[in-house]
Amino acid sequence: MPKRELLLGDEALALGALHAGLSGVFAYPGTPSTEITEYIQGHPLAAERGVHRTWSTNEKTAMEEALGMSFVGKRAMVCMKHVGLNVAADAFVNSAMTGAHGGLVVVVADDPSMHSSQNEQDSRFYGQFALIPVLEPASQQEAYDMARAAFDLSERYRIPVLMRLTTRMAHSRAVVEVAAPRDPNPLSYPEQPRQWVLMPGNSRLRYKALIDDYARLENEAVRSPFNRYTEGSDRRLGIIACGIARNYLMENYPEGCPYPVLEIAQYPLPKESVRRLAAECQELLIIEEGQPLVEQAVRGVLPVPLKIRGRLTGELPRTGELTPDSVRAALGLAPHRAHAASEIVVPRPPALCQGCGHRDMYTALTEVVREFPDGKVFSDIGCYTLGWLAPFHAIDTCVDMGASITMAIGAAHAGQHPAIAVIGDSTFTHSGMTGLLDAVNEGADITVVISDNLTTGMTGGQDSAGTGRLEQICAGIGVDPAHIRVVVPLPKNREEMKQILREEIAYKGVSVIIPRRECIQTAKRHAAAKNK
Amino acid sequence: MKKDIILSGVGGQGILSIATVIGHAALAEGLQLKQAEVHGMSQRGGDVQSHLRISSREIRSDLIPRGGADLIVSLEPMEALRYLPWLAAEGWVVTGTTPVVNIPNYPDEADLKRELQALPHVILLDAEALAREAGSPRSANMALLGATAPLLGIEAGQLEAGIRAIFARKGEAVVEANLAAFRAGYQTAQKQTER
Repeated sequence: MPKRELLLGDEALALGALHAGLSGVFAYPGTPSTEITEYIQGHPLAAERGVHRTWSTNEKTAMEEALGMSFVGKRAMVCMKHVGLNVAADAFVNSAMTGAHGGLVVVVADDPSMHSSQNEQDSRFYGQFALIPVLEPASQQEAYDMARAAFDLSERYRIPVLMRLTTRMAHSRAVVEVAAPRDPNPLSYPEQPRQWVLMPGNSRLRYKALIDDYARLENEAVRSPFNRYTEGSDRRLGIIACGIARNYLMENYPEGCPYPVLEIAQYPLPKESVRRLAAECQELLIIEEGQPLVEQAVRGVLPVPLKIRGRLTGELPRTGELTPDSVRAALGLAPHRAHAASEIVVPRPPALCQGCGHRDMYTALTEVVREFPDGKVFSDIGCYTLGWLAPFHAIDTCVDMGASITMAIGAAHAGQHPAIAVIGDSTFTHSGMTGLLDAVNEGADITVVISDNLTTGMTGGQDSAGTGRLEQICAGIGVDPAHIRVVVPLPKNREEMKQILREEIAYKGVSVIIPRRECIQTAKRHAAAKNK
Repeated sequence: MKKDIILSGVGGQGILSIATVIGHAALAEGLQLKQAEVHGMSQRGGDVQSHLRISSREIRSDLIPRGGADLIVSLEPMEALRYLPWLAAEGWVVTGTTPVVNIPNYPDEADLKRELQALPHVILLDAEALAREAGSPRSANMALLGATAPLLGIEAGQLEAGIRAIFARKGEAVVEANLAAFRAGYQTAQKQTER
């Protein structure tokens, strides 16, 4: 009997990759992708095989490290959340140009409805843009199976493969049947060494080959077992269902869908299959989780002979994740009978934990900022973004990893004073250090608060790349050591913290204040482990 | 057999342990299951829910449709009401009655109770008190699971085996404390459902 395991989508993919002969996973934590790497970190097979599995400093370094592992012939995987692919984009897009040698799989977890993110960008566009094939599972079993299929496709075409997950797939659990693990690859070198040196002459040649390969990959997608075409008796409507939308469609037809259905889980878009469906049906409904990539492609800009419905025509909501109910409405089925919503229920937003050091930092900071008529606080991505909410209302911006320091620089150059940046320790090493170098080189009059909780807190407490070395890093970048100030953020130290903030805001130049106290969630875990 | 369950509460209360025990028992009974969880930002004291679906047939959607839940199981009374649009017409609500007041505009407790009691099928229990009386103040979630047990369509013994399995590594005393809380919840629910 095959072995069965109850796994999150993230974990199923991770185990699939391990069993496919993975030699290294490279990642920076980001919801909803974090559990992929964590699962491999905790798996005995990874330890036994010496699979590389420590966190990288950011998604770009992770992507490049994986590409290096692929160059020498071994199977590598990179994992990130959707906005992480923006950080890794330079390496990602150019990895299509170099191609892969050992199988290279880039897993990107999108977050439609923005449960824990600042936008809902759809990573399939990146695949299309870079000419990289995309696989998108709709079940935990498929996540497991596709991981191996992705490595195989990558090695057959010598191209990185993008695997796209969405929040529901990543964070939902089901039973998975697992296969026998395969051995990792031995060390070997590319047969086409020239395309790994992307000088213009090499790149021009390679780009043509890549475009030819992409056409062959489209034929692969037409024949792919993941892109199923199911006949239906009622041809008034044909349905294209992509990724996890396939589940919501079938949820509404437990006894089988009466219409012909094209399921799409592998890209490039299998155009021949789309044309076949369009030729058979009077209308098309396109259901896809994320942005309307397929719908735009099928609709085009010129008149088409049949009616196409989807997110762009309002049958499905233009934004947010799909649900069985929104798909039901698009299918023209009557809604289920349901209870009315309660009128007394109020929202319960998340908040910083009681006893968290960020709280003490914000209490002191907001009191000092109020002493100025126009103090502005540029913040960043992490637990401390919750400082925007009551009771602190402490921050004015949150954009992308590292933008606190650089936006403060720009504002300071425009005459803003005080220009204060608030960034966490992990976000600082991820993307804040280069901005701090700009600040030093430009002599920007900014005050940087690195709120150091010794971990990557929001994603559950992963290792932080600069722990124990933040002062050295700041001094090395060129911040005057007299203006690198460390303080323990506790209620009893509030006046000390306020005084330091006042002094450093008054200083005309770059100063860094490091309130440092361990995240209380990881502290609890450490204490529990000690008592065992 | 098919049960669609919404588990709800406030981040940190321990709804996922309830899901883990039910999942363990469902698998032991040879049932299929899907369980969509909330990870990330909301876990910091915000509202959290998990869609747990168990069935003898294939389950496609990770999410329960509106009006489709057989059960709402909540550790917190306002959080039970938040998911009413997902409750089937004849569905049950099983909820702890101790409010978690971590927001300034928390509704009046009497209003919450009135709205809960107006539902056709509801079990209210002070899960914290039951767990305390059972000698295990941190096992309110298992008391709530006990109260849910008569409605799950899974043998109570199978759920107890699940509790044993997931708490085993914490030692026999913790297993027994959680079982005691589970049984206290079970008895409370039986009394309420008999009426």
